Amino acid sequence: MAQVRVTVDGVNYADDVEPRMLLVQYLRERLGKTGTVVGCDTSNCGACTVHLNGQSVKSCSVLAVQADGAEVLTIEGLARDGELHPVQKAFNECHGLQCGYCTPGMIMAAVDLLGDNPDPDETEVREGIEGNLCRCTGYQNIVRSVQRAAQMMKPGASVPTESPAPVAGGN
Amino acid sequence: MTTTAEPTTELGKARTRKEDARLITGRTRYTDAITPHGTLHMFVVRSPIAHATITSVDKSAAEAAPGVLGVFTAADLGVEAVGLPCAWPITPDMKSPQRPLLATGTVHFAGEGVAVVVARTPAEARDAADLVEIDYDPLEPVLDMEAALADGATLVHPDLGTNENATWVFDSGAAGTGGSVDEAIAAAEADPDSIVLKRRFRQQRLIPAFMEPRSCVVDPTGEQITVWAATQVPHILRTMTTVTLGVPEAKLRVIAPDVGGGFGGKIGVLPEEMLCVALAQRLNKPVKWTETRSESLLAAHHGRDQIQDITITAKKDGTVTGLDVHLLADMGAYLGLVGPGVPILGAFMFNAIYKFPALKFTCTNVFTTKTLTDAYRGAGRPEATFAIERIMDELAVELGRDPMDLRKQNWIAHEEFPFTTVVGLTYDTGNYEQATEQAMATFDYAGLRREQEERRARGDKVQLGIGISTFTEMCGLAPSRVLGSLAYGAGGWEAASIRMLATGKVEVVTGSSAHGQGHETAFSQIVADQLGVPFEDVEILHGDTQISPKGLDTYGSRSLAVGGIAIVKAADKVIAKAKKLAAHLLEASEDDIEFNAGQFTVRGTDKGKAIQELAFAAFMAHDYPEDMEPSLDAEAVYDPENFSFPHGTHLAAMEVDTETGKVALRRYVCVDDIGNVVNPLIAEGQVHGGLAQGIAQALFEEANYDDQGTLVNGTFVDYTLPSAADLPSFESSTVSTPSTSNPLGVKGVGEAGTIASTPAIVNGVIDALRHLGVTEVEMPTTSQRVWRAIQEAQGRSTQETPVDTHSPGAGLGSIDPNNPQGEVQ
Ligand code: FES
Ligand code: FES
Repeated sequence: MAQVRVTVDGVNYADDVEPRMLLVQYLRERLGKTGTVVGCDTSNCGACTVHLNGQSVKSCSVLAVQADGAEVLTIEGLARDGELHPVQKAFNECHGLQCGYCTPGMIMAAVDLLGDNPDPDETEVREGIEGNLCRCTGYQNIVRSVQRAAQMMKPGASVPTESPAPVAGGN
Repeated sequence: MTTTAEPTTELGKARTRKEDARLITGRTRYTDAITPHGTLHMFVVRSPIAHATITSVDKSAAEAAPGVLGVFTAADLGVEAVGLPCAWPITPDMKSPQRPLLATGTVHFAGEGVAVVVARTPAEARDAADLVEIDYDPLEPVLDMEAALADGATLVHPDLGTNENATWVFDSGAAGTGGSVDEAIAAAEADPDSIVLKRRFRQQRLIPAFMEPRSCVVDPTGEQITVWAATQVPHILRTMTTVTLGVPEAKLRVIAPDVGGGFGGKIGVLPEEMLCVALAQRLNKPVKWTETRSESLLAAHHGRDQIQDITITAKKDGTVTGLDVHLLADMGAYLGLVGPGVPILGAFMFNAIYKFPALKFTCTNVFTTKTLTDAYRGAGRPEATFAIERIMDELAVELGRDPMDLRKQNWIAHEEFPFTTVVGLTYDTGNYEQATEQAMATFDYAGLRREQEERRARGDKVQLGIGISTFTEMCGLAPSRVLGSLAYGAGGWEAASIRMLATGKVEVVTGSSAHGQGHETAFSQIVADQLGVPFEDVEILHGDTQISPKGLDTYGSRSLAVGGIAIVKAADKVIAKAKKLAAHLLEASEDDIEFNAGQFTVRGTDKGKAIQELAFAAFMAHDYPEDMEPSLDAEAVYDPENFSFPHGTHLAAMEVDTETGKVALRRYVCVDDIGNVVNPLIAEGQVHGGLAQGIAQALFEEANYDDQGTLVNGTFVDYTLPSAADLPSFESSTVSTPSTSNPLGVKGVGEAGTIASTPAIVNGVIDALRHLGVTEVEMPTTSQRVWRAIQEAQGRSTQETPVDTHSPGAGLGSIDPNNPQGEVQ
């Protein structure tokens, strides 16, 4: 057993874990953070994406012990004081999800992407989320969601967040 | 759809989805998140060999491993005689092998379970599974459908005496719905002004690859055994668990909580589900199973896998005169729940939108030692659409015609609806001209044809191809009587009930359980319109057999066209009851009560009651008519009279690098007629997702087996689902000729994109290379296949790549054409 001390979504935890336990297993099985999900066993799908010290990582490719001393943010801690993160809002407004299984990872990856590149064009979004697979949406509305979030997050932005996204054909 | 002023009804409003609130915050409950106290975990020990005799199973080391409660074979569990159900005996003499929960004696595909380990944690179960020693005596694998049917072939199930599951025939001449194809072919052969064209197409094997791996939890504590399962079909699963294991139906509660996609891949009744039930009963503890992705790709049912031999006859003026379809369909080692019927669902779609006077469809289902096949998005209809849309292009080339002109000449004109086709289906509405004109204008068809000419003339390295697919499909599976005539083992109705709560809110129970389609939002919109209540006041309940006791679940684009209409019918009954109560309370005749936007008013007066007031009055029950029960609640079961027939025109501009074979999708335009649209945002999302899957079949995906029958690309490293970087944005829009088969005028949209897009892409790839002599490229049209086709057409020799050298970049099915070097994504 190894000790891990970690802050997850703002709460401090200290646990003994098997050295081989993955971060995603620790989050789900020990902390009950089942909002973060598992989609594969080869680190290809990105469904398990969380932030580790502010960087997005696939939590199935990190050992729980490697998170010792770190701060982890999951989809469950993204909204602050009942206020959704702009990326969460944008996914809803632009219909960026269907079954929702890829969504926690997609949103966490998108938040990180927008941190690095606050105004990505379509290609940059598509390449930026390449490590996150979605089987439902065909990605178009995910791309739209990320770009809309970018608009909402611009300093001084006043993008109305209530009206549904335009449904007109095309890009 | 062009954005216009917001409609005043809910129908047509681009509502954002209700269900998102939980899905975007992680407040979800997928099956694997459910772990009752004391849960034990099951891991399946699977055969690595496709076909073998099991000579010994040594469980001792596994049994002694930490945390292990037991290791069980079928014999240990007493389930050797149990067989999983196939609900679709397509012919009376169909050959049907027992599909066991765990193999005993012989394994029939790589990935088949042989034993299970039960342990306190998933990790302990998995570790111990490695310690189960199983010895196999390999037998000859059966991999090739044609070889499997030849005399002397190794038999997958020797007791059946053949590898042929069944042969199913539809002949429009014999059925009296059209002429005889044999005569059509004979006439065309004898007529110098006619042509006979034959082509062979291959539908490769695909893997549905829903993002949430399959999972189930069975809790035997309490009066009912509770089963949580990642399934599309909780109701069917309940009934079939009774049929399979004999647990009384009323002692079973099946819950499909949040389900992470299905696409047909989750309509099965799984050996693992039945094993969890058997183990939970035996151990008196909750038992849970969640598959790994690799297990999922290996052992969850696959889709497609057909060889299609198509003969089309036509007059040289372009008029089609007959279509003869011969299919071989790979069932894999066993029959899935509806597996043998999947190709049959395509039988009625080969004639598509065209006025064929004669059609014959012959399908032979074949057993092989591969993973079984069953429904995958579109189920039979994508295969049919691919074949007809490909051969229409081939016919156009043979006749020197523009492929769209040839289609136009043969399709049902809009003034000819309703139209009864050569297979006896009546298409209620449609307007192929309208969808096509809009698509061609958006696409700039003429402009792209000019560019294509120029590039050909210049001998550009990158050539342009234009791919067309003018598809139709049958949605809303299905009228129960039609299913009965096809020997399907269930009806096609759907159930709904509406509860008017005392506080004026509305609970709607539907038998159609969603796994990503947005039922909660779309159904709320329907109810809001029907009852005149606010959208926010409607709660949709589904996916739990104790809450929604009656239903036939979600598949075949039936949720809206069948399940949605059941809700409308229940709402009609609520309104009828409310009207009666209103008349009583307002002291008026029922005939004088008018209902509009949630208000019941006495004609010609300003006296009235809101539906919420009436709900409260019914709840209080202090004052209500003698001949009425004090309730507005109602339920309905709706059995459609006909299918609905969405259609559309899809156009793809493909760019093909003639030096490397690299294929790029430059533009994709589609105009779909899906009838009235409840929620354009959701409908558009369904189209996008469907397109991605259909395009993935054309360009990226294939389940590859080596010559030993091993799946060689059974992980997400090398079964390459498209990523965001592999796809462009699509230009999708809709037009509408409302269906007359149902009161909402809806048609269904879940499968349209998948059905339509595959032939559009492949037609485009071949169109780009036609002038180089290329006439066929098998799917997926990877760089290597395209490059090879060009070399062969140019008479240059190429070297064979053995199938078992598959790896990313080895250039088989799943190579990513955007990434021909085969880097891992
Ligand atoms: S679960 Fe697939 S990348 Fe982590
Ligand atoms: S929404 Fe279902 S996988 Fe992305």
